[in-house]
Amino acid sequence: MQAAVIVFPGSNCDRDVALALAASMGRPPLMVWHRETELPKVDLAVLPGGFSYGDYLRCGAMAAHSPVMRAVVARAKAGMAVLGICNGFQMLVETELLPGALLRNAGLRFVCRDVHLRVETSESPFARGYNAGSLVRFPVAHGEGNYFADQATLDRLEGEGRVAFRYVGPDGETSDTANPNGSARNIAGVYSADRRVLGLMPHPERLADPLLGGVDGRAMFDGLVEALG
Amino acid sequence: MTHLEAPVTAEVARAHGLSEAEFAQVRAILKRDPNLTELGIFSVMWSEHCSYKSSKKWLRTLPTTAPWVICGPGENAGVIDIGEGLACIFKMESHNHPSFIEPHQGAATGVGGILRDVFTMGARPVANMNALRFGEPAHPRTRALVAGVVGGIGGYGNCVGVPTVGGETNFHAGYNGNILVNAMTVGIARSDRIFYSKAAGVGNPVVYVGSKTGRDGIHGATMASAEFSAETEDKRPTVQIGDPFTEKLLIEACLELMATDAIVAIQDMGAAGLTSSSFEMASKGGLGVELDLDTVPTRETGMSAYEIMLSESQERMLLVLRPDREAQARAIFAKWELDCATVGRLTDTGRMVLLHKGRTVADLPIDPLAKASPEYDRPWVSAPKRPVIDPAQVAAAPPLAALKRLLACPDLASKRWIWEQYDHMVLCDTVGRPGGDAAVVRVHGTRRALAITTDVTPRYCAADPKEGGRQAVAEAYRNLCAVGARPLAVTDNLNFGNPEKPEIMGQLVEAIAGMGEACRALDFPVVSGNVSLYNETDGRAIPPTPGIGGVGLIEDSAKLTSLAFKRAGASIILLGETRGWLGASLYLREIAGREEGAPPPVALHRERRAGELVRALISAGQVDAVHDISDGGLLVALAEMALAGGIGATIEPWGKLAAHAWCFGEDQGRYLVTAPSAAEAGAVLEAARAAEVAARVIGTGGGTDLTLAGQGSMSLAELREAHESWLPAYMAEAAGT
Repeated sequence: MQAAVIVFPGSNCDRDVALALAASMGRPPLMVWHRETELPKVDLAVLPGGFSYGDYLRCGAMAAHSPVMRAVVARAKAGMAVLGICNGFQMLVETELLPGALLRNAGLRFVCRDVHLRVETSESPFARGYNAGSLVRFPVAHGEGNYFADQATLDRLEGEGRVAFRYVGPDGETSDTANPNGSARNIAGVYSADRRVLGLMPHPERLADPLLGGVDGRAMFDGLVEALG
Repeated sequence: MTHLEAPVTAEVARAHGLSEAEFAQVRAILKRDPNLTELGIFSVMWSEHCSYKSSKKWLRTLPTTAPWVICGPGENAGVIDIGEGLACIFKMESHNHPSFIEPHQGAATGVGGILRDVFTMGARPVANMNALRFGEPAHPRTRALVAGVVGGIGGYGNCVGVPTVGGETNFHAGYNGNILVNAMTVGIARSDRIFYSKAAGVGNPVVYVGSKTGRDGIHGATMASAEFSAETEDKRPTVQIGDPFTEKLLIEACLELMATDAIVAIQDMGAAGLTSSSFEMASKGGLGVELDLDTVPTRETGMSAYEIMLSESQERMLLVLRPDREAQARAIFAKWELDCATVGRLTDTGRMVLLHKGRTVADLPIDPLAKASPEYDRPWVSAPKRPVIDPAQVAAAPPLAALKRLLACPDLASKRWIWEQYDHMVLCDTVGRPGGDAAVVRVHGTRRALAITTDVTPRYCAADPKEGGRQAVAEAYRNLCAVGARPLAVTDNLNFGNPEKPEIMGQLVEAIAGMGEACRALDFPVVSGNVSLYNETDGRAIPPTPGIGGVGLIEDSAKLTSLAFKRAGASIILLGETRGWLGASLYLREIAGREEGAPPPVALHRERRAGELVRALISAGQVDAVHDISDGGLLVALAEMALAGGIGATIEPWGKLAAHAWCFGEDQGRYLVTAPSAAEAGAVLEAARAAEVAARVIGTGGGTDLTLAGQGSMSLAELREAHESWLPAYMAEAAGT
């Protein structure tokens, strides 16, 4: 697998996700600057977390219009896998590669803590390392991760199996207390119709190393390497 | 020489914070009257904030050297060697006055400023800490100040992508009129690539990078050197506005330029902006500077020389480059979409000459404003000694009920509500998250890790500034040892009232003396620091608060330990001597309602022996949980370990001491450790005996309750609820009700 991490001014999880990818790939991914107009030949593009363009205007809105994103969108439509984490998820909804929007957290405060997620399906290049229905622990760190879409869109996502992860308690059940940001139906991550694009608010790259306190994130990167060759 | 319009009189000088004597000195230096721009420059350079004129005589008494110290005080931050060709660069700095006036921006720009102090020396910032002191919770402003300060720190730190890994938060009526916001940044650089601020090379270009200069923050340094009064609200325009996005770009751009050999010297524009950065660089290099203010990137038109020189607009740096490297620098800053302009040249005149709109608007000698600025030996008096309090004279509350109240008191209640608003994990090196004795951050790409802590116990300093100064250093030492780190060096952040009052000056002098003793005894030198004076409102000073930021090194991050109980059946061992010292304790204040008595004395030789023992036990894998005993005493420490691990404990009866003295006394130099089993406890006791550290097994881990033999039990769930709920509940109450 060859992967590219797209670096925007204000990205700050670019190195973190590159390290997690490198650990699974055995070599570092390409780092691609936002001003590039072409994307190298890669199987996976990662839109990392951070505060691209300072989150000015709207989180992810300006990044969605940077030169490199035209290439990312075109290639995604042609089947390239795209992983958007946190600010990257916000960009994916701004580019409309994924439906919905990410609003300010219901609690109105930035929240950084480990959360439990239920893997809703393992049928994707991102989740093949997990069993459907299993529980994983990833950290969240965001102020605007409150997933919103209209009821019809939410129903369609559920019906098409496009809800990737849900916030749950340690018992595996959804509840308001397990929901760190007020997301509709406790949705933490969603897929595109072909499940080649994943946007998620939690950070798998932050728990992919035993010294950091957990390795639940590692299976996502290992799975991608297996799926994408 | 063209003088600006306004005549400069003694009255104008006074309005600029210069005393009559200082104004006379200005005229003697210049052999003429200054113009307004020049007066403004004198006023900021000679402000307490920039000149340390009341404190430097005493700061010189602190130990600042050790074989591992690469650069001590006097630069932007301190630098220590951490092995493998790497250096740790760190400093703590206050942003008290701005944060009281406008908490969100005040705290945010405090973080921005301390970050710049660290990356200006070539380090990538890897961790932020903060030490916050607020007024009593019932004070009408406290809640909004907490929300604003925490939001400001988080908003800035989260965006720049530097984890905020820990700190401390206290509440006391003594801070009702002056909160303290002390921010610390720790960075890592190659030890052969440290950048300094000493200008060199006559003719070399002086280059301005970063944000444009606006009218914000003019006279911030002077404001930070004055007391508050009811009119302080009017000073809001002197608070700067931060832009963490620009700071993030500035970090990346500067580090990229630092990877080349283009930079001769670099200095951030902090307090007093372009003025202090240019004067300090030139003064250190023994050179002069000529600046053309028309070339300074400005945010608005029509700014005067006075405004350009005194602006404290954020996210700006001043560089001296090699002559042929301006294009290289411009290309890098263009990539990061930041301004980069050559604003002047170094000269050999020893003078600062400012040109604006074709006129010379200032012509000042550099040294009298920088390294030869005034120094005062202000009169001081010792604080009266307080009596030692006999535990028999302190009301004895049932221990478990008192424990529950203590765990829920504002100073000890969980600060989760605060640190969950800080991204404490970005950069993926935080191996010891907030809530432990010290935060632990891996040194990227190595097995090593840095332990970081901030400490001071203001109620001890109020009781006895010298003992409080000793204790602040000792507690930092203890917190680093408790995670297995070798304490290396400290940064200090001295927050006091008005030094022109002898009793306040006495607090400063004695606290520094106490800190110096402890730093010497523990081989724990001071490598950087900051002094914040005039923390007074309407004549009432804050409690003396000499904050200590300590850094230690862990050789192998796999050998890290934490305070959480790890397993049922573990033997709980108390290290250090317990005499039941209740004077100036949290128990005395929170349970008995008394703020009095002498603070617990610190025996530095015992402190060192205990610290070395604990590190050896951790390194040998003989203990699996470690916690220092501080605020609230033994029972509070025990409860914190139990809550962190979700494992209860049963504690055996104690000796002759009264229960409340044994449980809540704050005797210094103590730790709780656990050996995995009763069988393994013997080796720990043996090691303690060999190290001449008092040690005894006091109980066993297990279950879901804390049980005190003869005093009953309380469930961890009940204690946790009390501990976790106070701050969220307090912050959820509608403001002002």
